[in-house]
Amino acid sequence: MTATTLPAPGQSPKLHTKKLPSVAFLGVAVVALGLSAAICYGTGIGGWVLTLVVGLVLYLVGIFVAVNAVEGRRSARNRTWSALIHSAFVLAILPLASVVWTLVSNGLDRLDGDFFLTSMNNIGARDPNGGAYHAIIGTLEQVGIAALITIPLGVLGAIYIVEYGRGRFTFVIRFFVDVMTGIPSIVAGLFVLAFWVLIVSPWFNDGAPVFSGFAAALALSVLMLPTIVRSTEEMLRLVPAPLREGSYALGVPKWKTIMKIVIPTALPGIVTGIMLSIARAAGETAPVLLVAGGSAAINFNPFSAQQGSLSLFVFQQAGDASRFAPARAWTAALTLVALVLILTIAAKLLARRNRIPR
Amino acid sequence: MADRHSRSADVSTGGPGVTSSHARPAGATASTGVLDGQPGGNAPVPPDFRINGGGLGGGGSLPRRKGFGAESMFRGLTLAAGTMVLVIIVAITVFLIAKAVPALRADDANFLTETDWFANDSPPRFGIAALAFGTVVSAVIALVVAVPIALGIALYLSHYAHQRIATTLGFLIDLLAAVPSVVFGLWGVIVFVEPVRDFSVWLNKYFSWIPLFGGDGPFGRSLMLGGLVLAIMVLPIITSLSREVFMQTPTANEEAALALGSTKWEMIRTAVLPYGRPGVIASVMLGLGRALGETIALAMTLGFINEISPNIIKNGGNTIAANIANGFGEAGEIGRGALIASGLVLFTITLVVNMIARAIIYRRREFTESAA
Repeated sequence: MTATTLPAPGQSPKLHTKKLPSVAFLGVAVVALGLSAAICYGTGIGGWVLTLVVGLVLYLVGIFVAVNAVEGRRSARNRTWSALIHSAFVLAILPLASVVWTLVSNGLDRLDGDFFLTSMNNIGARDPNGGAYHAIIGTLEQVGIAALITIPLGVLGAIYIVEYGRGRFTFVIRFFVDVMTGIPSIVAGLFVLAFWVLIVSPWFNDGAPVFSGFAAALALSVLMLPTIVRSTEEMLRLVPAPLREGSYALGVPKWKTIMKIVIPTALPGIVTGIMLSIARAAGETAPVLLVAGGSAAINFNPFSAQQGSLSLFVFQQAGDASRFAPARAWTAALTLVALVLILTIAAKLLARRNRIPR
Repeated sequence: MADRHSRSADVSTGGPGVTSSHARPAGATASTGVLDGQPGGNAPVPPDFRINGGGLGGGGSLPRRKGFGAESMFRGLTLAAGTMVLVIIVAITVFLIAKAVPALRADDANFLTETDWFANDSPPRFGIAALAFGTVVSAVIALVVAVPIALGIALYLSHYAHQRIATTLGFLIDLLAAVPSVVFGLWGVIVFVEPVRDFSVWLNKYFSWIPLFGGDGPFGRSLMLGGLVLAIMVLPIITSLSREVFMQTPTANEEAALALGSTKWEMIRTAVLPYGRPGVIASVMLGLGRALGETIALAMTLGFINEISPNIIKNGGNTIAANIANGFGEAGEIGRGALIASGLVLFTITLVVNMIARAIIYRRREFTESAA
């Protein structure tokens, strides 16, 4: 590692000044750890975590001093930064490994048929069973409806941006599509709450607001639209211009060229983008919480009454006082992550296999 | 940079015109007026020509009318879909304002300076001061922790790691961005709270003279826990964007630095970091937008006390988004309106942050295209 990071190809030892042997780094590490253990346990200010942290700091100082003495200041700085960058990487891996480990180990407890085939209806605080059937149905229906709304809208919007749009107006649309990807999900939920649940839906229901799965689907489509437009736009731009020109030369009108030539060429990429946005939408909790309300019973109808969803189920069970609730929350979280990751990985593999050559 | 360059070129050519009094600009406007007026008959010609050329291959004998119907319909359809984005953004603003105004009228306190949130009392008293404070503090903690680590990982992936390792790890980090926030919230409130509580107790024991770490417990479900969970969530966003930017550094620049005898770190400092700075700033802004708007993870990890206090390890803290998620269940008519009003504030803040980030990225894109 240390040998390859040196930029100079110097094979001949004469060009090189003295080099610190790699054993020295190990020695510095051992000394640093020992010293920090002595400090931490000797004075009683902390346990093994502090020992490691202080040890790392001492190690960085130690290699700086050692390399500085042998190889010079510039090389010392190089080595220290390299060590810092590597330790940043290790530091980031720790919590992520912890998330994965706890998710899997805790989630396996309730991963049984009962969990996937029953709902939370009539499950009290002392019942260990109960499941997420209703929540899974809610997630699938809401995401499905959201996809039905958003896919045509998003793909057509991207076609406008790439094929028809010129000038400032198109630039504004593109800019706001990008900005819209950053809208917090809770704001999308509030928007649908204000617009659909509180203002539009009372017309159909004798003046009372309707919390429904469809409202959640609307909120999810607000979140999905910019991602689909963006990814489709990028894919359409990759379609080679000679394909379009060949079609025009044969006298085919522009709209037919787009539908028959451009879209089929870009289709794998478009599907990838759609799957990624669906995966993202499936994990959203806040909008569902606001406009679908959540329900313990199975509700197949997304238009009438309250409906749950898998992510909302995790949120509710995590806040539940029952001592059986955390196990249900972990299993639901594991299911949700599995669903999202399968979609994401499939999308990425699809993208890798069907990449349009540039 | 290309943008700035061309602008300065304009200034230099415009200079003589300005110095030779006002006659020149006036003459310029007059001449354009003449141009507009005289070939008025010619003006419609170019658009007409453009439509013909754009719609069909060109020959006059082709069946123009028939194709034109389907063509314009399809074009209108796509235009409507494209406009939808702008419509939604405007609609969000309009509907949030429409629902927020009645609640704000009923508010007995100053919405911007009041710290308590008693929107369901009569008279209702609520304000976003404490919520906005918590939002900003948790986002700042998240960025302070996440940005150095994320940049370290990005540099590791782009310049230190082996090619194959870097690809795999980059893929994994992209996957992390897809993990739902509710999962991070669950992990934060059940698992991560333990080490954070121990750490808080330790900080309090030795550093209680710093206002940030003072107080006398209970510790754990604090702004620090929320901020650290947020840091883990924004890490993939900042990492993947800055990694991409670092990898775009022209190889010529890197090799030039190395050829001049610089060490690897000096090469990164002189070639990679200056080149990537706008991209890094933009990625940090995007991470900030995400951190400000994050709802569920904070709704699960914070302790919910509305107060403005410099202490970040005590149980407590609340943010705008988390307050909406947790307060929505028992909110009445005014309560909902009040939550929507706070959501409007959040929307405005994140919109501004995202617009700044995107503007930086757009300028950068022009720069890279001209450089390539």
